[in-house]
Amino acid sequence: MPNAAQAQRYQGVQLTYYGDSVGIGAELDQQLGARFTQDTGIAVRVIPRPQSASEAYATYLRFFQARSAAIDVLLIDIIWPGAFAPHLLDLRPFCAGEIDQFYPALIANNTVADRLVALPWFADVGLLYYRVDLLERYGFAAPPATWEELEVQARRIVAGERAANPVFTGYVFQGNAYEGLTCNALEWLASVGGGRILERGRVTIANPAAAAILDQARGWVGLIAPRGVTTYQEDDARNVFQAGNAAFMRNWPYAYALAAGPASRVAGRFGVAPLPAAPGQPRVGTAGGQQLAVCQYSRAPEAAVELVRYLTSAPVQVYRALRGSFLPTRPAVAADPRVLAAEPFLGPLQAVERVTRPARDAGARYNQVSTAFFQGVNQVLNGADAVQLLPRVARRIERALA
Amino acid sequence: MSEVVVPRPRVPTAGAPRAGAPSLAARQARLAWLLLSPSLTVVLLVAIFPLVQTVVLSLTTARLASPEPARFVGLSNYAALLGDYLFWQSIGVTLQFAVITVSGEFVLGLFIALLVNAQFRGRGLVRAAMLVPWAIPTVIAAQMWKWMYHDVYGVVNDLLVATLGVLPANVAWLADPTTALAVVALVDIWKTTPFVALLLLAGLQVIPEELYEAARVDGASALQQLVQITLPLLRPAILVALVFRTLDALRVFDVFYVMFGERPDTMTMAIYNQETIVAFADVGYGAAISMVIFLIIGICVVAYVTLLRVEAP
Amino acid sequence: MSRPRALGRLVLYVLVGGLLGGLLFPFYWAVRSSLTPNSALFTTPLEYWPSAPTLEHYQRVLRDGQFLRALLNSALVAGAVTVLSLAIGALGAYALGRFRFRGRLPVLYLVLSMTMFPQIAVLGALYTMITWLGLYNTLWALILTYLIFTLPFTIWVLTVFFASLPRELEEAAYVDGATPLQAFYLVLLPLVAPGLVTTGLLAFIAAWNEFLYALSFTQTPDQRTVPVAIFAFSPQTGGGFEVPWGQMMAATVLVTLPLVALTFVFQRRILAGLTTGAVKG
Repeated sequence: MPNAAQAQRYQGVQLTYYGDSVGIGAELDQQLGARFTQDTGIAVRVIPRPQSASEAYATYLRFFQARSAAIDVLLIDIIWPGAFAPHLLDLRPFCAGEIDQFYPALIANNTVADRLVALPWFADVGLLYYRVDLLERYGFAAPPATWEELEVQARRIVAGERAANPVFTGYVFQGNAYEGLTCNALEWLASVGGGRILERGRVTIANPAAAAILDQARGWVGLIAPRGVTTYQEDDARNVFQAGNAAFMRNWPYAYALAAGPASRVAGRFGVAPLPAAPGQPRVGTAGGQQLAVCQYSRAPEAAVELVRYLTSAPVQVYRALRGSFLPTRPAVAADPRVLAAEPFLGPLQAVERVTRPARDAGARYNQVSTAFFQGVNQVLNGADAVQLLPRVARRIERALA
Repeated sequence: MSEVVVPRPRVPTAGAPRAGAPSLAARQARLAWLLLSPSLTVVLLVAIFPLVQTVVLSLTTARLASPEPARFVGLSNYAALLGDYLFWQSIGVTLQFAVITVSGEFVLGLFIALLVNAQFRGRGLVRAAMLVPWAIPTVIAAQMWKWMYHDVYGVVNDLLVATLGVLPANVAWLADPTTALAVVALVDIWKTTPFVALLLLAGLQVIPEELYEAARVDGASALQQLVQITLPLLRPAILVALVFRTLDALRVFDVFYVMFGERPDTMTMAIYNQETIVAFADVGYGAAISMVIFLIIGICVVAYVTLLRVEAP
Repeated sequence: MSRPRALGRLVLYVLVGGLLGGLLFPFYWAVRSSLTPNSALFTTPLEYWPSAPTLEHYQRVLRDGQFLRALLNSALVAGAVTVLSLAIGALGAYALGRFRFRGRLPVLYLVLSMTMFPQIAVLGALYTMITWLGLYNTLWALILTYLIFTLPFTIWVLTVFFASLPRELEEAAYVDGATPLQAFYLVLLPLVAPGLVTTGLLAFIAAWNEFLYALSFTQTPDQRTVPVAIFAFSPQTGGGFEVPWGQMMAATVLVTLPLVALTFVFQRRILAGLTTGAVKG
């Protein structure tokens, strides 16, 4: 353990760590907590945080409201540092030497008013999944590089496949009215020069490029995307793609292991690539993932920081990448051959520019900003006109920030 | 004739026993309050305290875990609500939903209750089956129905399109605004008809058999028995079923949230309330929304009681 | 049997068949899905019965000791809430249904008003109260807060039942020298048994299915109830996006069957005609 010697100074302290709620993440949390205790003598009580993101958010807020010392280390979503910043400890004095070992975009996301309030723990990026066999069958040499190319390829593949499979569809993504749509739509905007919703305090979504791409996305619904895509979340899209009923899918890396697994009909027949973009614009993917933070009101902040440093250390990130397919937040770990072998999508991922949602700038009002945005986009996907709607959405966002 | 008592003004009736000396009435009252004391204690703890806190919060700009202190702003939250288009839209959605589901559940629930009460083969099966929707947790049932209505791999589409050929192509039941409300109403009717049926069934059990015998002797048909004996005597049970079902329909949350998320055109009052309090952490404005919802529901309850009382002979 | 009678019978059976189909279809779908391996859950064309049925979902659910613990927790909470509601509610309904006193109507409305708030509206205040009482992350928090929605309809339904009984019953009891409480316990309570069973059943199932408070007032897995536990099943991947459908359906089937059996048995008592002869017009 890298910082064992340092941490042993705080032997005998008891920490409470609100970690991953379910699945392999929760299992690993327990293991890592036990290992930490073994090596340092600091007792760690691992508590799975509530399963739903909004419930976890509310739980943390309630603890903060009560200035409770009940949590020491907490697992927080990438969009929460801005809202929680007043209640989190500044980690810079403790980790100055390690900060540049993480992806800069993620560190910038977690830095609020010059205070680094969380360390990035695992990352997620939006990717394009595509059917290698279908591209081959219909004569396309490579996955689409622009949105127009995506439309062309999807249309031809759908036309060809529909005869045998009436429910076959071209492109599935997350179109339901929830945070996932903000991720998808941000990718659309940032890939065509439509801005990133909030930039330097100004709301920039009411611009022609943004309206154009949203109207273009509206055109996909019912034609190359199923009409019900406006109710899809991550797993809905994955189920369609994994059953072989879609040519393209936008999703997080979690879907890779499942689509390549024994329960999948497309195992061995798909690949991943960066999402399309307009010519001359960067290939982007929205950054997701979780961060680790220390609560301001903790009674053992130094010990808590040691736990955070341990969990985000390179060896632990390699372990989690191999055991649970979690994406590392350290470029060095992402280049490790063992990790590359276990997570093949890391290769294409290098070409993707991570774009972060404006949570840091919007602070505690981010949820209102995001809700106004995804409700507007959902309405466009369901048939509204983006040119008319975007100014109204912009005004709602401005009111929320006021 | 037994008195059918539902909230009514206190009017001494001919059949009532004469209260003797005033002290008997006073003793009765004291005993009544004693018997009610456990209930009132619970009410105090789990209802009055939250009510008071909600009222107080609604007059402030409180936000959860905000570094800024809350300011007292009087009724300005309520004034803002008046101009809140999204809130009014959610009231409309909720009222529409309530009308559809309560009437559907009432009709279906009455049918089931009469069915189970009667003698016929297969009655035991209906008795058991009617509890199944109620027994599955709402959040699970909502997810299941969302899956069953899926436009690519849902079983409803598969049945109607692939198996029975009734529809030409898969329909996106949830995404399409014209079918969305009908679909979610159907799910709710499926889920909560058992509640109405059970209540009405219990009410049917206390109607004496002799009344039906006398009517049959007089030559009344089944329909006449239903209209002239069953329904009037069932009125108190009907009132209770309608009131509680309406209360639940106006506060509906789980089914809509699971199926539609925070989609604006299918947002109910409770979802808007939840979004404001939890996601936006705006507990002051959220408390004002809660109070207005409380008022709307209160108006509906009073309307019910008045209407059903007016119809009484 | 006459023609119109036979036709009427046929129509009735068709309606009953349709009704049964509508009520039971989702349950059949849950059973079918619980036996379907992950590779065939969402594929098209749909299998109405799995071609390669598997018990792996049930095995995973039962192997996880937490689900069984959740079943126990739910049973405890629902049972306690039902008993408390019936006890408190029957006493209150006796007062509201058989006594005349000032404040009767306001109390009825006050009790009803408990259910007129959306659940989320009272959550914050309840959370404060629960932590102040030191009940956070215990089953008692749920038992207490569930009374919010079980007590009102218990009181209202039982009030209606009590009020519908004839005056003469109590008079007879008093003449025999009974105190009001004895009249309540020995004479009136048995006569409202259908009401007790109905509200007991409804309270039990309402408490069993509740999700929001169970999620908000518990913290550790050993205090979870069934709905919360079903959503806590472990998917294979991290990140929280994957929904482990097979296990969730297996758990749903495991939970629904005993519930239906239990309520079926209790319902028999309603239809056994406990009120024969006692209730007169």
